[in-house]
Amino acid sequence: MLHTFVAYVEDLPGVLTRVASLFRRLNININSLTVGRSERSGLSRLTLVCEASAEAGDRIRASLFKLENVVDVDDIAQAPAVTRELALIKVATTPQNRSQIFDLVEVFRARIVDLTSESLMIELTGVESKIEGLIEVLREDEGRILEICRSGKMTMRRGHHLSSVVRAMDAGLAEPADQPPDAPEDSAAGELE
Amino acid sequence: MGTYATTQASNAHLTTPTRLTGAEILWATLVGEGVTDVFGYPGGAILPVYDALRKFPIHHTLVRHEQGAAHMADGYSRASGKVGVAIATSGPGATNLVTGIATAMLDSIPIVCITGNVSSKVLGTDAFQEVDITGITLPVTKHNFLISRAEDIAPAVRYAFQIAKSARPGPVLIDITKDAQQATALFDYEAARPRPHRDHPMRKFEDSSLACAAELIRSAKRPVILAGHGIIESGAMEQVRTLAERAQIPVGLTLLGLGAFPASHPLNMGMMGMHGEAWVNHAIQEADLLIACGMRFDDRVTGTLATYATKAKKIHIEVDPAEINKNVKVDVALVGDLSEVLEQLLPRIPGRDGSAWLKTIASIKGDAAVRDIKNLPDSGHLYAAHVIHDIWRITGGNAIVVTDVGQHQMWEAQYYHHEQPRSLITSGGLGTMGFALPAAIGAKFARPDKEVWVIAGDGGFQMTAAELATIVQEKIKINIAVINNGYLGMVRQWQEFFYERNYEATPMVSPDFVKLAAAHGIQGLTVRTRAEVAEAVNAARSAPGAFLLNFKVEKEDSVYPMVSTGSALHEMIRRPGKDSLVESPDDK
Repeated sequence: MLHTFVAYVEDLPGVLTRVASLFRRLNININSLTVGRSERSGLSRLTLVCEASAEAGDRIRASLFKLENVVDVDDIAQAPAVTRELALIKVATTPQNRSQIFDLVEVFRARIVDLTSESLMIELTGVESKIEGLIEVLREDEGRILEICRSGKMTMRRGHHLSSVVRAMDAGLAEPADQPPDAPEDSAAGELE
Repeated sequence: MGTYATTQASNAHLTTPTRLTGAEILWATLVGEGVTDVFGYPGGAILPVYDALRKFPIHHTLVRHEQGAAHMADGYSRASGKVGVAIATSGPGATNLVTGIATAMLDSIPIVCITGNVSSKVLGTDAFQEVDITGITLPVTKHNFLISRAEDIAPAVRYAFQIAKSARPGPVLIDITKDAQQATALFDYEAARPRPHRDHPMRKFEDSSLACAAELIRSAKRPVILAGHGIIESGAMEQVRTLAERAQIPVGLTLLGLGAFPASHPLNMGMMGMHGEAWVNHAIQEADLLIACGMRFDDRVTGTLATYATKAKKIHIEVDPAEINKNVKVDVALVGDLSEVLEQLLPRIPGRDGSAWLKTIASIKGDAAVRDIKNLPDSGHLYAAHVIHDIWRITGGNAIVVTDVGQHQMWEAQYYHHEQPRSLITSGGLGTMGFALPAAIGAKFARPDKEVWVIAGDGGFQMTAAELATIVQEKIKINIAVINNGYLGMVRQWQEFFYERNYEATPMVSPDFVKLAAAHGIQGLTVRTRAEVAEAVNAARSAPGAFLLNFKVEKEDSVYPMVSTGSALHEMIRRPGKDSLVESPDDK
């Protein structure tokens, strides 16, 4: 099954290698990985998607936690969450087909972010299928797509959710284990809030 | 072991912030962490550190190969429970540590390895003796550091010690660039203290799980405790013993668990697994409850997983959440420090009558004692089992025995009965040949009061035999028993059983080990018959210095019982009842 892990990691050299190395060792291919700054200074947030057996989820999460630079890990599993991907697509244009592409962009609620006489760049945000959809339509005209750049998936649980670990860090507590564990069930309750 | 100039200045560093070089900061921090002995080998990129050593009350043992340094730090840690420290230079010095680091990783041993590296300005340029050692050791360390500023050294070292010791212990490597060793910084030991250790968030043993475990133990008819290395690392010997005695539960041990539960205890069944005692494996397969304490269901103790203890419910008490349900699905997981968990669990365990089950196990033992090679009369042949049994008998079981890897290691586990934790030092997880001699040197430094024996095969001994010179240079007393059968014995045994006796690359020519020892200035004796064993062991013990015994044992003996790979735990190859090798008129 597809696993989605969201992790807070220290913003230091080599941390990404440690995370990636864990999956390499398990011979698991990382389907998608996005990393960026989080709401906390010194901490990056990453979303990692991989294919692994259903039982592997707990062990991967436990192993990620064992990495010294990993502060928190959430296994999104089937919990209600918002997942988005950003794509930049550069398309070759002629004066004849330009308006046709404009229509497509409109339908997909994408944006044109660069335009020259020979090409234009589309920015599209959405779920994977939406991005795949636009790319598919653009591909109907051979040679029209010049470049595609996709961000990989970013995931955030729906509703109010904050992990026990991060809560403990905020409270300046040394022992996060004293906090109630954040079971995946939390999220369902969070969604109603 | 040498005298050190304990200067007042070296201690003053710990209380008063002082400006020091990075090299001095390293030693001062190690002193602060309680380090008294390190094992290492100098080289260009670590020279500033060596230059500063004379100012600090730390004894440095010069090894003959950096692998030896890592094993010594490892043996030091296993014998004492303290953190062992190894030092090496950049490049080949650092890469030579890797086998020793991996050995410590697989057996969860807390060591800290310090390597020098080229100056930070040339990092990544393939400078002379530059290697990416943090990259290389990433999968075989709990954590590692690349330090390029003098002010980062003290916090990294203190953090490294915390990581090495906390939760499930393991090795940590600190790579320090040469310019960081040479630069100066304000050294403030207190300020370098790491943030408090954060428990793994998945570590938990809540009331409901404890109640569930207690209920399983109460209602079990055929329970078995599986005792592992975690008992020793957690210091839970008393709690496990209380559990076993109160609920009358027999105990089977893993290789690294030997010593965690007294061998002479009536509830101790012995070692389980591939070369475990037959009755232990049968008991596990017949059990209706397994209580796994600080062990990880390694493939060497389970046999084929599909047929492993299928009738048993399983309680797993383990500090590392990543071990839960890894190999064996468990019914109750209590994730936490073993002694803490057992302290919570024990009040819920009432006394229990286990006599019926203990009687069943006694009957499973059956003719095992008859098959036991050590009980056969002397037929003129010398068996490793005799040698090890005699060493046990003569040392009163009180020695620290450090083994290498192979047949002799399994015979040691079977015939040397360990009453105390940390009295057997052996590479279990990685199975590192060449481990014994250097690890024994480390053990002797950790416990100079103890009698230390190396038991090694002729193959493994030759891998690190150069450390004999280290023994002489350090003037330490270690007794060495080489179980010499002229083969890489365990591999030969596999060839005999599974490769139609095709003894490819296993017959081995060795030097005369007694002469080799003599060349180092170490006394020795060759032993060929059973009658000579006791006298030779006594000669070694009473000699003032290190002593080597070269035991020329039966060439093609095998370790029994054996669970071959792919077999169920109870499907063991047993010692043939009438072994042609031991047949003689006396046998009747």
